[in-house]
Amino acid sequence: MAGTRDRLVAVAALTVVWMLLWGSFSWLTLFGGLLVSVLVLAVFPLPRVTFAGRLRPVGLLRFAVRFVVDLWVASFQLAWTALAGRRAPRSAVLALRLAVRSDLNLTMCAEAVSLVPGSLIVDLDRAAGVLYVHVFDVAGPADVARFRREVRGIERRIIGAVGSDAEIAVVEIAAAQIGDEGGSR
Amino acid sequence: MGVAAVLDAVAGFCLLGGALLSLAAGVGLLRFPDLLSRMHAATKPQVLGLLLILTGTAIRIGTVVDITTLVLVGVFQLITAPVAAHMVGRAAYRAGLVRRELLLTDELAAARGREP
Repeated sequence: MAGTRDRLVAVAALTVVWMLLWGSFSWLTLFGGLLVSVLVLAVFPLPRVTFAGRLRPVGLLRFAVRFVVDLWVASFQLAWTALAGRRAPRSAVLALRLAVRSDLNLTMCAEAVSLVPGSLIVDLDRAAGVLYVHVFDVAGPADVARFRREVRGIERRIIGAVGSDAEIAVVEIAAAQIGDEGGSR
Repeated sequence: MGVAAVLDAVAGFCLLGGALLSLAAGVGLLRFPDLLSRMHAATKPQVLGLLLILTGTAIRIGTVVDITTLVLVGVFQLITAPVAAHMVGRAAYRAGLVRRELLLTDELAAARGREP
């Protein structure tokens, strides 16, 4: 049953947090963590987040490496603009439609997009799977197009890391369609 | 040069780099023109700066009990900083505190205009 599996994942994650807080592995922290996690989930039940995919080590590594690189690049760009920028930087608010509309994918993309390439989520449309993103330091349409490609890349890497086979297929089809459009223009 | 000296050098680099990035984030908060731009400064350089400082601290302390806590601080910073920035940004946008002359395009305004 999907609900049981979600709850087990949540209990495991909370137990890990509990054990990290204690900083030591022992049977006491393990069972204490399990007990506290079950209690927390019983008292504060979470909204259903369905995790349909599975963890893929290669995809996870690819996402993690790229994420760290992006975080460094974004941080130094912003630091440089903050310290040395002379003009007021221009921005844009863009609507970005994700290929996979699951809540989990929406959340993870929103988190990753806010942390990496000069962007901030202003609003999102959960039903349509659209992120409204504030992009910092946009000079013109070329930057806008580049940013759209970057976000698609992030979604692709996230789905490649934790998506199901069906979700990967959806993302690949979307990427292929966009590639065709780009070629015909 | 021994291992300890190298570790000290790495820790020193992390602590200094983290401090400088946090400083840059603070300068950005003051210098950027509007609220949404300022939230950028409050998320990226600040998060990386904190992660660097945590790494430097972890190398200097070097005990498992403390490092696990530092890992948790880092993880929760990564999870919560974008959410906080989003909540502030969303509230500002809805309250009309966005300087439109700085925006190249605003596709959210178009989408909201279509809604009744």
